[in-house]
Amino acid sequence: MSAPGESVWLHRFAVLTACGTFLLIIAGGLVVGNEAGLAVPDWPLSYGMLMPPMEGGVFYEHGHRMIATSVGFLMTVLAIWLWRREPRRWVRRLGIVALGAVITQGILGGLTVIYLLPTPISVSHACLAQLFFCMTLSLALFTSRGWNSPMEPAEDREAPQFRHLAVAATVAIFIQLALGAALRHNGLGIAPHLIGAGIVAVLILWVAHRAFWKLSGQGTLVRLALAAGALMLLQLTLGVGSYWIRLVTQDAVQPQLSTVWITTAHVAVGALLLGVSLLLTLQSYRRLTLSGSTLPVPKTLEETLA
Amino acid sequence: MIRLKWSWLVSLLLVLTLAGCGGGEAPSMQEDAAMEEAPAGPPAEPIDPETVGAITGSVAFEGETPRRVRIRMDAVPACTESNPDPVYSEEVIVNDNGTLQNVFVYVKAGLENRTFDVPEQLVHLDQNGCVYHPHVLGVMTGQTLHIMNSDPTNHNIHPMPAQNREWNKSQPPDTAPLREQFPRPEVMLPVKCNVHPWMKAYIGVLRHPFFAVTGTDGAFSLEGLPPGDYTIEAWHEKYGTAEQTVTIGEKETQEIEFTFSS
Repeated sequence: MSAPGESVWLHRFAVLTACGTFLLIIAGGLVVGNEAGLAVPDWPLSYGMLMPPMEGGVFYEHGHRMIATSVGFLMTVLAIWLWRREPRRWVRRLGIVALGAVITQGILGGLTVIYLLPTPISVSHACLAQLFFCMTLSLALFTSRGWNSPMEPAEDREAPQFRHLAVAATVAIFIQLALGAALRHNGLGIAPHLIGAGIVAVLILWVAHRAFWKLSGQGTLVRLALAAGALMLLQLTLGVGSYWIRLVTQDAVQPQLSTVWITTAHVAVGALLLGVSLLLTLQSYRRLTLSGSTLPVPKTLEETLA
Repeated sequence: MIRLKWSWLVSLLLVLTLAGCGGGEAPSMQEDAAMEEAPAGPPAEPIDPETVGAITGSVAFEGETPRRVRIRMDAVPACTESNPDPVYSEEVIVNDNGTLQNVFVYVKAGLENRTFDVPEQLVHLDQNGCVYHPHVLGVMTGQTLHIMNSDPTNHNIHPMPAQNREWNKSQPPDTAPLREQFPRPEVMLPVKCNVHPWMKAYIGVLRHPFFAVTGTDGAFSLEGLPPGDYTIEAWHEKYGTAEQTVTIGEKETQEIEFTFSS
């Protein structure tokens, strides 16, 4: 076993897995946008083969399966690598949980095909994709040199605590993505998603405001909070755009390129926003501490999780 | 203790995410059996061929004729090669005589206490040039739908019924036609190809043979109806439905006209 974060290559591999997962989420969005979820009626093979002719909806559906297989392979290697080289037991366990999640995700994807896109399974598939993305991002962060370098946590004197605000924002974004998935798969109307957008916007603006004005010495937190704010504004724009473009193209005889790309961008930026908010949350637990607290609470994530 | 909580938290998140997976059970054999045609009401007098009449007519279109939308097949060479000329959507086709094509006209009510033999003849649905032929068709419950793939490319056939069992099957080129039946009446049952998402067809499934689809003259004819009171419905995929009540006497032919407007 090596020291925490010793292996630069392990970290790079975790980053690669996270990037592959982000690409996979985009590919999944393209499948839904192109109405290609059932273009390949069989699973796990495609038209009885490993490599069917890649045309029409098959390109999107089988392409999604190929990227998913690659991400599954990356995650398997990452989990084994962590299990053999990572000294922190909770990081090793997170690797195993992430491996279990990607296997479950593959099975859910198969079930959506076999049971012809039932809304609960399709929504679960979309939600687990975001959770798995969070796990890969977390692994990339936990194996990074920055995370494993010694640092003196700064005091957070404000109430509510910044870390709690960040947790609330992350949870709200995840719920909002679930509501968006339910909307896209015809499980819910648009009203819950609109309300969710308002709550997320308020929380992220609050986080960004606090980081910018009260934590100016914490460059990482400020940068992440401002990135979350910028992504949130972009996401709101894409959300309005997605609604409008779907409205004006609802009578189209086939999926329109503009609709596909705007709605897919909305999914992708949503995932990025969740990822940035999660990183901000984890970093806030790492870099901030309670002020004047005498409570025996753990001060860093390492202590919380160890 | 804290480590234990962390494990539980992760497990709980996964369980919550998957909690909604209860739906979408596989259609079972029992379900298939339950979908078999329900018994008809008390039998009526047998139809006397000497007394039957007919309901004929046409479906008119009012308003500005919508421009037919060109289908973009550019991303699928097999489809573009099969269609040297542009292909247009069949959603709304207004004939030169001001009538509407692809309207499914059928007896909606008036035949409930009668039963009809299922015809032996097949109803054909062809996938040719990456378009369904015909676009709108009718079958009787239990009648065999003969689905062919005349294209040099893969298709999937995906009926999306509300009353019958949903299925999705692949049909590569040069494979045997599919033979399918629908046990329950349903107007209309959409069919889609997810490989080529512009491909759509609509099937009217009825317990009786009194239905027609308007063609290039916009006309329909429901012949061989016993004297009685009927509700006739006309269905169009974009403009919805319209219905009329008609009474026909012995050997009588009644003419009716439906009108859809943009």
